[in-house]
Amino acid sequence: MAEYQRHEHDVLVIGAGGAGLRAAIESAHSGASVGLICKSLLGKAHTVMAEGGIAAALANVDDRDNWKVHFADTMRGGQYVNNWRMAELHAREAPERVRELEAWGAVFDRTKDGRILQRNFGGHKYPRLAHVGDRTGLEMIRTLQDHGIHQGIDVHMEVCVLALLKDGARVSGAFAYDRERGRFRIFRAKAIILATGGIGKAYKITSNSWDCTGDGHALAYHAGAELIDMEYLQFHPTGMVWPPSVRGMLVTEGVRGEGGILTNNDGQRFMFDFIPENYKAQTADNEEEGWRYTQGDKEARRPPELLTRDHVARCIVREIKEGRGTPHGGVYLDISWIKKRLPKAEEHIKRKLPSMYHQFKQLGDVDITREPMEVGPTTHYIMGGVRVDADTQMSSVPGLFAAGECAAGINGANRLGGNSLSDLLVFGKRAGEFAAKFAREQSLGGVDEAVVKKLADEALQPFANGDKDNPYTVQRDLQEMMQHNVGIVREESEMQSALEHLKVLWERTKEVGVTGHRDFNPGWHTALDLKNLLTVSEAITRAALERKESRGAQFREDYPEKSAEFGKVNTIVWKGEDGGMQIRRETIPEMREELKRIIEEMK
Amino acid sequence: MKTAVFRIWRGNAAGGEFRDYETGVSEGMVVLDAIHHIQATEANDLACRWNCKAGKCGSCSAEVNGMPRLMCMTRLSELPLDKPVTVEPIKAFPLLKDLITDVSWNFRVKKKIKKFKPRPPDAPDGTWRMQQEDIDRVQEFRKCIECFLCQDVCHVLRDHRKYDEFIGPRFLIYVAALEMHPLDTEDRLEELRETQGIGYCNITKCCTKVCPESIHITDNAIIPLKERVVDDYYDPLGWLWKKMRRKKGSGGS
Ligand SMILES: Cc1cc2nc3c(=O)[nH]c(=O)nc-3n(C[C@H](O)[C@H](O)[C@H](O)COP(=O)(O)OP(=O)(O)OC[C@H]3O[C@@H](n4cnc5c(N)ncnc54)[C@H](O)[C@@H]3O)c2cc1C
Ligand code: SF4
Ligand code: SF4
Ligand code: FES
Repeated sequence: MAEYQRHEHDVLVIGAGGAGLRAAIESAHSGASVGLICKSLLGKAHTVMAEGGIAAALANVDDRDNWKVHFADTMRGGQYVNNWRMAELHAREAPERVRELEAWGAVFDRTKDGRILQRNFGGHKYPRLAHVGDRTGLEMIRTLQDHGIHQGIDVHMEVCVLALLKDGARVSGAFAYDRERGRFRIFRAKAIILATGGIGKAYKITSNSWDCTGDGHALAYHAGAELIDMEYLQFHPTGMVWPPSVRGMLVTEGVRGEGGILTNNDGQRFMFDFIPENYKAQTADNEEEGWRYTQGDKEARRPPELLTRDHVARCIVREIKEGRGTPHGGVYLDISWIKKRLPKAEEHIKRKLPSMYHQFKQLGDVDITREPMEVGPTTHYIMGGVRVDADTQMSSVPGLFAAGECAAGINGANRLGGNSLSDLLVFGKRAGEFAAKFAREQSLGGVDEAVVKKLADEALQPFANGDKDNPYTVQRDLQEMMQHNVGIVREESEMQSALEHLKVLWERTKEVGVTGHRDFNPGWHTALDLKNLLTVSEAITRAALERKESRGAQFREDYPEKSAEFGKVNTIVWKGEDGGMQIRRETIPEMREELKRIIEEMK
Repeated sequence: MKTAVFRIWRGNAAGGEFRDYETGVSEGMVVLDAIHHIQATEANDLACRWNCKAGKCGSCSAEVNGMPRLMCMTRLSELPLDKPVTVEPIKAFPLLKDLITDVSWNFRVKKKIKKFKPRPPDAPDGTWRMQQEDIDRVQEFRKCIECFLCQDVCHVLRDHRKYDEFIGPRFLIYVAALEMHPLDTEDRLEELRETQGIGYCNITKCCTKVCPESIHITDNAIIPLKERVVDDYYDPLGWLWKKMRRKKGSGGS
């Protein structure tokens, strides 16, 4: 029997973004011994990239805001297929979670009377996003990190989990390797929390960081947990399109929140052309009103640039497809125009959007205070993920919890900007609390050494494969294939062909070979990631095929309308007995009367 | 297509060498793109850290043509491509492999710094009031992405290896951010002088020059901290009085 490094914890948290850190803090606070694993260095997780803010109905800027409005906004944005209980908990608890960050040292931008400032964002009725310029994610992760390191949590940096281990039905540990030396490690734990973030790296054009390879989705799936809503993948409307090196890099919605407008190559502000029925009442129908809204006029309605992301992204695609795009295949996003309205607009832009100013200046040779940006949709966020119990965040596998982007439910068919950072806090905390509780009631489960041996052999296979296929090439082919076949506009035959391609890519993955040694070998790491990327790609494709309608982020050219029948169900994906992916529809439980009334009132 | 040669350090603590790799050059390309291209084609096992490729995470620090830089924010258009571009790991920390160093010392140092300790909330709902002008400075320091480039160039660490006596510019601004936080009530001045070695800094400003977040590390953080330390040492009572006044005064009402 090979000797592996072994660790034991009450609660093992996999992932150290906002969700993982918040969960670890809570579990430790509940008295559990906690291990926290991340595949990068601490503080570098994808959360660090978040820009615009954290949505929470603090009502600091507009006192008409409260949890009910936030709840109704979230449900409307999600096209009512959200897990309404999660949407409720999220809206109720987000303010407390944000205030807690302040108590832990976060320094948010302030209102004139010294409270946490909040800004406008798409789909939110009132200014709701607590923020720090356009680097809110950094503030959040640093606050949690700096607080977390004093809570007695064991942090395992640059360790990557390859599989979950089970004892009967329940989860009992994780099989991992450390990147520095390439040695295998076995973690035993009474409860495990997945907080591994998103899947953007399955696509060619994405705003996501290196971390986002859908590991948690895949780990849970292969351990027998159910995934839900996988067809809902958010394409953020505004990513950079030029130069090629930065294609996909995010341009925060904050630009539009501060008054930025979208125009086509005719100089026309095309977002006014089509405003969806259920948003008409709250959307400005002229430019003047839209501008007043961005400047804090409470009587004004928001400009159509701040409609939900799925809608804005599709309008942009339409402009480009119909030949009204920019030279590099995007549309224009212009904030510089506000100099017509504001004195010292240049300073204002630099102060409100410092990272955007630098990003374009340094990487795109564009001065956003003087000229428009070119933008287009980019793969951004997955609404789908591990299916969890709303209150406890436990998955369908006992002892396995999930929180943050890798869990699903709160966002339904489309996530509102800012609702992720708050989701990380609210459900990170809940997962931490209930995982610790679960751990208190259990003893450690067993680990099957034969299974571990098999996992280790599989993981080392690429070294034996020689140079049959290159992991980077397979990864690139997958990304291009998904971008093309299961992108923003979907259609049956393309997705069927995606499934065929995926079969081939699975075969190729078995053959990929890597050179060099086990210590810090990115080629090997890429080879091991492929399985996760393929698993989530297949889940997205199958779920998108199953949902024969267009709703939120899922747009089917062959079924362009919403269907009442599909509005009542979620799609669930799981691993069948034979190892093949299974799918079914499940009826959404009836909403509580009280919540129904809130939605009616806010219509 | 135009091409460029990258002379990349390959090896580990036991030894290594520079190796040349040629790649195509396209518009807007950054050094990290070149590294990725080389990884994907010629050297699968070439080790480097990166996460965001947007200058936000501080993972991809390296020395490019001898200058400490974030690889993802260094455009090829600003480098002379008629000769090889050298890319090597930062020097202040032990080498692990290729472009990766062991930066764990930084994490250990941070853990030893006394954590944030807020005054009791100002309002019954458990919240505080702070004016924007009172937090501007702290927010500047909190822009830090922990790339450790400032640590890399500071001679106290890089040349004199004072890891046990000096915390380096990154953590001096970390202490400054805590000390200047309007809500904080902790006192960290004694450690600054005794164990964190602020006295070693002789204000060369090398750290400030390389900071990708343009934080005024020396002028805004280290010099004011040095002043506080000196005040504290020679006039403990006066300092205490000032500190109390400062913390109260910034509450805003
Ligand atoms: C550019 C950008 C801007 C955004 N802005 C906003 C915003 O303003 N507001 C908002 O609400 N949302 C925003 N989002 C979305 C939001 O940032 C993410 O959804 C959120 O940060 C995800 O956090 P997380 O904790 O779930 O996971 P992440 O932060 O992605 O962390 C994942 C963690 O899991 C670890 N991990 C992954 N796989 C493994 C494995 N196999 N083994 C070990 N560890 C593993 C990683 O190392 C990492 O520590 C933005 C997203 C992007 C891309
Ligand atoms: S100014 Fe001080 S901290 Fe900065 S590099 Fe020079 S000696 Fe080091
Ligand atoms: S202060 Fe600047 S150079 Fe130093 S670690 Fe922070 S961001 Fe990097
Ligand atoms: S990769 Fe994040 S700063 Fe360069």
